[in-house]
Formats: sequence, C-alpha cells, structure tokens
Amino acid sequence: MVILLLFVDRFSISLAGASLCCCYYCGAVVYQRFCFRVQLFFSYFKELVGKEVTVELKNDLAIRGTLHSVDQYLNIKLENTRVVDQDKYPHMLSVRNCFIRGSVVRYVLLPQDGVDIDILHDATRREARGG
Amino acid sequence: MSWAGPDEILLSTSLAGFLDKKLIVLLRDGRKLLGTLCSFDQFANVVLQGACERVIVGEQYCDVPLGLYVIRGENVVLIGELDREKDELPAHMTCVSEADIRKAEKAEKEARDLKGTMRKRMEFLDFD
Repeated sequence: MVILLLFVDRFSISLAGASLCCCYYCGAVVYQRFCFRVQLFFSYFKELVGKEVTVELKNDLAIRGTLHSVDQYLNIKLENTRVVDQDKYPHMLSVRNCFIRGSVVRYVLLPQDGVDIDILHDATRREARGG
Repeated sequence: MSWAGPDEILLSTSLAGFLDKKLIVLLRDGRKLLGTLCSFDQFANVVLQGACERVIVGEQYCDVPLGLYVIRGENVVLIGELDREKDELPAHMTCVSEADIRKAEKAEKEARDLKGTMRKRMEFLDFD
C-alpha cells in the first residue's frame, strides 16, 4: 500500500493506509489503520463558500473574489474576481471567474467576521484526539 | 464513473464549467497562454485548442500562435475565464510583432540581470 505525504504550503496533510506504516503527523507506528486528517480544512472552506476572500498565490498575485467552491485538493474557484494590484497584471483585466490550483496558494485571507475561532479550535482538538 | 449533471457542474470545482470557453492559463514560469479548453483531468492537466502565448513587456504585447497544447497540471497556476464583453487588455497597450516583443523581452531580462548583479556588488560592500 502507499503512504502519501502531501505538503500544501501552510497545511500538512497525511494519509496513511494499511500494513505497517508510520503516521508522519502523529509519529505513531500504525498497523492496518487509516487516519484521515485531510478533511478538516476542506470542511472549513466548504463553510466559507459564498464569502468574500482574497487568495494570495505563491507568485505574489493576489485575487479578491467570492468563494464559489473548493475541493479535496483545496483547489479554489472564485467568482466576481478582481486582482488586487490591477496595473501590474494587465492580462487579468477581463477575468471574472477563475480556477486556482490548490498547490499554488500561499494564503487565503478571510474576512474578520468570517471566522468562528472557537468552532475551529474545537474541530482541531477533536481531530487531534481522534487520530 | 458517473457523469456530473448540469447542476453538479455549476456547484463543483471541476473545470467542466470552462469547457469550450476561451481561457487564460497562467503558468508557474510566468507565461500566459490563451486558448479554448478542450479537455482536463483531476490533476488540472489541460488541453487548449487554438492556443497562443500573450507576451507582455511594459506597454507592448504580442500574441504568439501555438496551436494545440497539452499542459501538465503541475505547471498550472490559475485558469481564468475571459469575459468576451470586456477588453482583455488596457486600451493604452500596443500590439507589436513577435520579433519586436522578443527583443523587448530580452532587453528587459538583461536590465533585470544587471540590476541583480549591481545589488549583489553593493551588498558585498555592505552599504546600507
């Protein structure tokens, strides 16, 4: 079976499956067990659909738009997009909807009131305990 | 494999909603490719028909035709849908020939490299 370690800039996600393997995340030697941590941020972003966010990419491009959808790879689809520094990126002038590959995201800037910190903390603690 | 219905496509993050649309694809090396989306997969590999590379240097630009392109997903940064009703580029930009834009590109690269080496020399001298 395969041990997959995916690093997506700020998030570290690990999937461990079958046989004898070492779970990178919790450091435990796992035998025939599956631990899934990949759903936490995916679920969190699903809650944010419809909110106005700014996505900053690794190439320094920052795009503001409404979060339309997100998937398991944390690919992001934005609607009603506007580039933050429009003059520097003339080719983006007429782009209003875009698909952003998850691997190129550096930050997702959220509205201050879009984050319920306590719920996020609880979910994280539950994930940590459950693994 | 079950095919996504039209409602699911509208709500999902798949590129199915972009099929047969004119798109701009930004690549990791900074290139901007325009074309019509023919095909895609789960890795964001895409096939663009009628692809052209839009080279922009300062106020000048040029569309270099490329034909049918298959782009490996790991190089894709962003795929944007170009709004047909809006201008793709600011009005003050001028379209030039490929030879001219390549010359301008080369000049810009040399200026950037020169700036880079001068800065390294200054850093070596420990100037503030």
